[in-house]
Amino acid sequence: MNAPLVEVRHLVKHYPHVKAVNGVDFNLQAGTCFGLLGPNGAGKTTTVEILEGILQPDSGEILYKGTPVGQRFRQQAGIMFQSTALQDYITVRETLHMFARLYPKNTDLEVLIERCNLRTYLDQDNRQLSGGQRQRLLLAIALVNDPDILFLDEPTTGLDPQARRNFWDLIDSIKSEGKTILLTTHYMDEAYTLCDEIAIMDHGHIIAQGSPKQLLQAHFNDVILQLPECDIPAEILSDYATHNRKGLVEITTDDVNRTIEELMAQQVSLARMQVRSRNLDDLFLELTGKELRT
Amino acid sequence: MFVKRFLALLSARNKEFIRDRSSLSWNILMPVLIVAGFAFAFSGEFVEKYKVGIVEPAQATSMIDAFLHTRYIEFIPINDIKRAKIKVERHQLDMLVDAQQRRYWINEESPDGYLVEKIMLATIGSGLKKQTLSGKPIRYVDWVIPGILSMNMMYSALFGVGYVIVRYRKNGMLKRLKATPVTAFEYLSAQVVSRLILIMAITVFIFYGTNFFIGYAMFGSHLSLFLVFALGAISMISLGLVIAARLTSEEMAGGLLNLVSWPMMFLSGVWFSLEGTNPLMQQLAEFLPLTHVTAAARAIMIDGAGLLDVSYHLVILIVQSLVFLLIGALAFKWE
Repeated sequence: MNAPLVEVRHLVKHYPHVKAVNGVDFNLQAGTCFGLLGPNGAGKTTTVEILEGILQPDSGEILYKGTPVGQRFRQQAGIMFQSTALQDYITVRETLHMFARLYPKNTDLEVLIERCNLRTYLDQDNRQLSGGQRQRLLLAIALVNDPDILFLDEPTTGLDPQARRNFWDLIDSIKSEGKTILLTTHYMDEAYTLCDEIAIMDHGHIIAQGSPKQLLQAHFNDVILQLPECDIPAEILSDYATHNRKGLVEITTDDVNRTIEELMAQQVSLARMQVRSRNLDDLFLELTGKELRT
Repeated sequence: MFVKRFLALLSARNKEFIRDRSSLSWNILMPVLIVAGFAFAFSGEFVEKYKVGIVEPAQATSMIDAFLHTRYIEFIPINDIKRAKIKVERHQLDMLVDAQQRRYWINEESPDGYLVEKIMLATIGSGLKKQTLSGKPIRYVDWVIPGILSMNMMYSALFGVGYVIVRYRKNGMLKRLKATPVTAFEYLSAQVVSRLILIMAITVFIFYGTNFFIGYAMFGSHLSLFLVFALGAISMISLGLVIAARLTSEEMAGGLLNLVSWPMMFLSGVWFSLEGTNPLMQQLAEFLPLTHVTAAARAIMIDGAGLLDVSYHLVILIVQSLVFLLIGALAFKWE
């Protein structure tokens, strides 16, 4: 394996009464998409902001291409924050040009405009952009310096499904150019679709790390059978690990054939049964618990 | 790269200000309305009562004793005849009397001077030798315009820099810039220069625009006045940077900016002369940049002072600018 593009070593950041990041280690391989997942307050944003140079860690080390991060990293990193205000009264075109002039190296702005589908809005005031247009502009700003590494902090939060899919395609095309991406998201389908490797954080620690498939295989060897509640007698439910959700009974089993045979033996209609594999949502809840975080 | 980044930020900030029509028109309209209001309110009546300067020692001869007891005339002791003669020329004094040398000066174009002379001659006779001066009167609007321009500059500097930086910090714009190669020095200098250019452009526009209709007294150099205003603007922009250095709440910033600007508006001699006011107030006024901009600009416009004559005010403004800039830059936080 090649030397990692970014090496994060025992990162620590404590606030009064909160250990936001408490000894985090991971590597980012060049040309991959690395997803950082976790519930609210897990320490994802703090970790990412330390990497971006926004926050200073209490201790730990970040190496970029083998050397401590510095001005060179800032010039070669593209950043899209979770929420960023844009300067009022200037247009999309002027915003792109302004950010382009802040960096020594730029990508071709015309290509960037086409890629991020900004052509129609180029002369529109930043204040008049819709959520999707705005996110595409913020992505274009993050790409304006033709970065080697791109930080995307919850880039599709608040977007409609169509805009999200469109954004995923954009990220996929950026990835295909060999750029390295660090993505934080609350959407597990997004992480599954885009990320080559994910790390799940909780309470300032990384509690699981690997490719989505590896993690699912490592944590689950069972599947879920879904049946309408009215199709299955209540007295047999106690024989299984079940979960009721919106009129559906979910039976978790590691032996599908045996469970189906048992259900058929008890005259349960399987006409409307669905079998689904475990996904990242299940893994996330399994690892971080189901209690509400604020 | 510094120049490129600096110009990128400067240009973006200038565009934002110029396109924000409400803010721009308010910056221009408010001082014009104030000037127009004063020009209208004080048109015609320049002085409330007669003022006669008496060269010290006033009691050198008893021949003017009877005149000195005339009611409704304010007798002002004078030590500097040269300056007093300028005041007669500008109608700030109706007459100047030097009893020891048996002479007096009046402005032949001053109606009040004519009346005061008649009163004196009727009281003490024609024992003093008459000397005549000439010159246009100084109206209240002439006196107050340097203060109004300085005050407008103060509001534009404090709120235009202080408030805007706090807003950018609060909405994450500064955080976004921090993630670029831009340094705090580049960002702050772009803000200072942008605001300085806009303030000076607006001040020049207001000065010449209103001067076209009102015709201010201007005895000094226009270039000196420009330099004084530019230095005053830098000083007050720097003060805005100090206030905005760390705040994240626009409400707190607004409160602090008002806390700073309101005393300056009333204690800096914008509306009335500080001469004769409480000494404590005068000492307090010495710490306020607006006091020095107003005093220097007024001296240039009304007294025809040169830069050397107002060097005391200029030195204080330079020192204040450096101190404020240093504190503002050291204390500055992107977030």
